[in-house]
Amino acid sequence: MNSAFRSGIAAMLGLIILWQIVVTLTGVPRFILPSPYLVLVSFIENRGLIFEHTLVTLTEVILGLFIGIALGMITALQFEISPTAKFFLKPVLIFSQAIPVFALAPVLTLWLGYGMISKVTMAVLIIYFPVTSAFHDGLTRTPPGLIDLAKVMQAKPLRFLFLIKLPAAVPNLLSGIRLAAVYAPIGAVIGEWVGSSQGLGYLMLLANGRVKTDLMFAALFTLGFMSMSLYGLITVWIKLSFKRFETH
Amino acid sequence: MTRSPEILLKGCAHLGEKTLFKHLELQVKAGEWTALLGPSGSGKSTLLRLIAGLATAAEFDGQIQTDDQQSLIGRIGYMAQQDLLLEWAKISDNVTLGSRLRGEIWPSERRDKIIEAVGLSDKADKLPSELSGGQRQRVALARTLLEDKPVILLDEPFSALDARTRADMQDLAASQLAGRTVLLVTHDPGEAVRLCRNIYLLQNEKLVKATPLAPPFPKPLDDSKALALQAKLLMQIRAGA
Repeated sequence: MNSAFRSGIAAMLGLIILWQIVVTLTGVPRFILPSPYLVLVSFIENRGLIFEHTLVTLTEVILGLFIGIALGMITALQFEISPTAKFFLKPVLIFSQAIPVFALAPVLTLWLGYGMISKVTMAVLIIYFPVTSAFHDGLTRTPPGLIDLAKVMQAKPLRFLFLIKLPAAVPNLLSGIRLAAVYAPIGAVIGEWVGSSQGLGYLMLLANGRVKTDLMFAALFTLGFMSMSLYGLITVWIKLSFKRFETH
Repeated sequence: MTRSPEILLKGCAHLGEKTLFKHLELQVKAGEWTALLGPSGSGKSTLLRLIAGLATAAEFDGQIQTDDQQSLIGRIGYMAQQDLLLEWAKISDNVTLGSRLRGEIWPSERRDKIIEAVGLSDKADKLPSELSGGQRQRVALARTLLEDKPVILLDEPFSALDARTRADMQDLAASQLAGRTVLLVTHDPGEAVRLCRNIYLLQNEKLVKATPLAPPFPKPLDDSKALALQAKLLMQIRAGA
């Protein structure tokens, strides 16, 4: 266990204790703020329901991650291959960031329906820009010495891109992917809030509407746990698989 | 390898308002080592980059000719102060980088022979991060050798190495690159006199040619004539500063 993990656990425990103290001392009604114990009980009672909805959200997030990362990588590579594409598309890409993705959720639901596709699209939209811009940043920052070497060696442009520029940009791409792992669940849940019949975001709204605040908190914590696990898994995978791409 | 050409560079170069050199004439003799000595900022790397066809911050007004009237493009091997190894690629893949970048095939026996010649046979499947600084520069030399170009441009390739590794690398490079037209840019007079038949000193916008030593090269570390020339060059550099 590393120290960041241990301090994270300690902070969580501290917060839960503080929460219990607040509930006990103020006597706040359980439909406003249930105690951590009641949330735990609700979690155990509704575990089947929560699991079912978690699976839906997780599927949306993972599909969104794959598609968003793939699209982001293709766009960044396209910018490097074709200056014309870069000239026309980069301003559009930057301008598109001026529109909050949240504002698009109702339109997406209108166009793509209440099903999974609109949520996956939300997740894709929210991670597309960070992945594209991080990766493209890396592609434009090839060490000058390697550019010189490739020029003297009369490298073919595409081979230069795939043998040198792309691998040299891997650390940047990976930080983009780490960001994407954090953003993708946000996108999926926003999509679910706007209109859906499944997923943790839907379950939270449903529980809230029926004043089942304990279930809402149970769903919220499940979402948090899911996002953190995803981030943790991706970080470990990156550490184990991409060590050689770190710059020295 | 095709015949090694002689290179002649004539002209002036400016860096903004500042003159780097003017009316300069640099002759890099065919099949011999030529050193370009000079303090930092004298423009010696700029000269090498001009010959290599690489981008420079300076504005060059002049011409670069070869005695066979053919372009230098595609006839140059290049080694820099940094080894420029791809950290993600195995040593053997780093050595064959040039062929891979051009989409050519390379005979694997020749690759293995060259890796053996630089003494790294047991490291061929390792990553650069597992090698010492001297070993990494030997990979860079192997990469240059596999390119098999008649003209070799060396931009201070040994200056980041410790004294012992540097002397070893100098001997290895001298034996492996014999017969090619080599231009060595360095700030170390000792390195220049050990390795090079022709020595130019670039200082205060001018190029001065030193009296050459007689072959063979590399000179032994305790060669008295070489040591005397080294001292003389160092005094010249100090006097010019």
